[in-house]
Amino acid sequence: MATTQINPTRMELTRLKKKLATATRGHKLLKDKRDELMRRFLDMARLNRELRLKVEKAISDANKNFVLASASMSQQALSLALLAPKQEVLIDVSYKNIMSVDTPEFKVHTRTPDENDIYCYGLAFTSGDMDNAVSSLAAVLPDMLRLAEIEKSCQLLSAEIEKTRRRVNALEHVLIPQTKESIRFISMKLDENERATQTRLMKVKSMVLQKAHNY
Amino acid sequence: MYKVAVIGDRDSIYGFAALGLDVFYTETAEDGTAVFKEITSSERYAVVYITEQLASLIMNEIEKYSFKPSPAIILIPGVKGNTGEGIRAVKKSVEKAVGSDILN
Repeated sequence: MATTQINPTRMELTRLKKKLATATRGHKLLKDKRDELMRRFLDMARLNRELRLKVEKAISDANKNFVLASASMSQQALSLALLAPKQEVLIDVSYKNIMSVDTPEFKVHTRTPDENDIYCYGLAFTSGDMDNAVSSLAAVLPDMLRLAEIEKSCQLLSAEIEKTRRRVNALEHVLIPQTKESIRFISMKLDENERATQTRLMKVKSMVLQKAHNY
Repeated sequence: MYKVAVIGDRDSIYGFAALGLDVFYTETAEDGTAVFKEITSSERYAVVYITEQLASLIMNEIEKYSFKPSPAIILIPGVKGNTGEGIRAVKKSVEKAVGSDILN
């Protein structure tokens, strides 16, 4: 039974029936949306996991190379070598709509097309370990950017799934049963009123007949 | 055109400068929060990589951005090793969506 007082009128009944139809339709649509979001999300989450493990391993390896590099060079020489990077990574962001969620897509540009521009220092005063380290890090970069794209999308999708699931549940377990209950209540009340009128009329008729003809 | 930022302690991230990413050296929570806020509010960065060590200090700030379309905040392991914070974030988003971590 709904907590609020409902008017047992025909108008209210039609209104509630319309509301029920909309809610049922909305429920079905949201449920479909939830299922599709979930399918996409699981694919993406799997990819996210794989990429992350791969990237984390590659970065750890690159870090080892950097430790080697810093061991064979002085701190000042290192800072000096990386003081003025030649290369610059620029990203074009566009958004792809997955079931009403805007997920980012990155298109990567570099300022100069030459891939050797990552070695922005003179080779005479730096150790070879430095070159190894920088090149190992450069190899991870595409995967890192891809990871950023996928991981962000996953976060956004999971938030949307949670929201959609709440809506589906609210409709399924609260709004729809409540409306159905109200409709039942009103139609019972209307039927009851009709029966009351019927019996009253019959009673009145018999009283009138009694008085006129002494039936 | 957006750029890519890397935040963390010096030893973990100085190499990224050579690749053409913008690096910001910071190790403390206070400093990290200030730098992080500056980067996110400038809106010039589409991706922000942050070392797990620093990220664990300023988690509150990072979580504010997890549901905004931009920028993407991504945790990376630092030179001191992998704390597992990054993969935990992936698990968390799966748990949020599905109810339990089903990808194992």
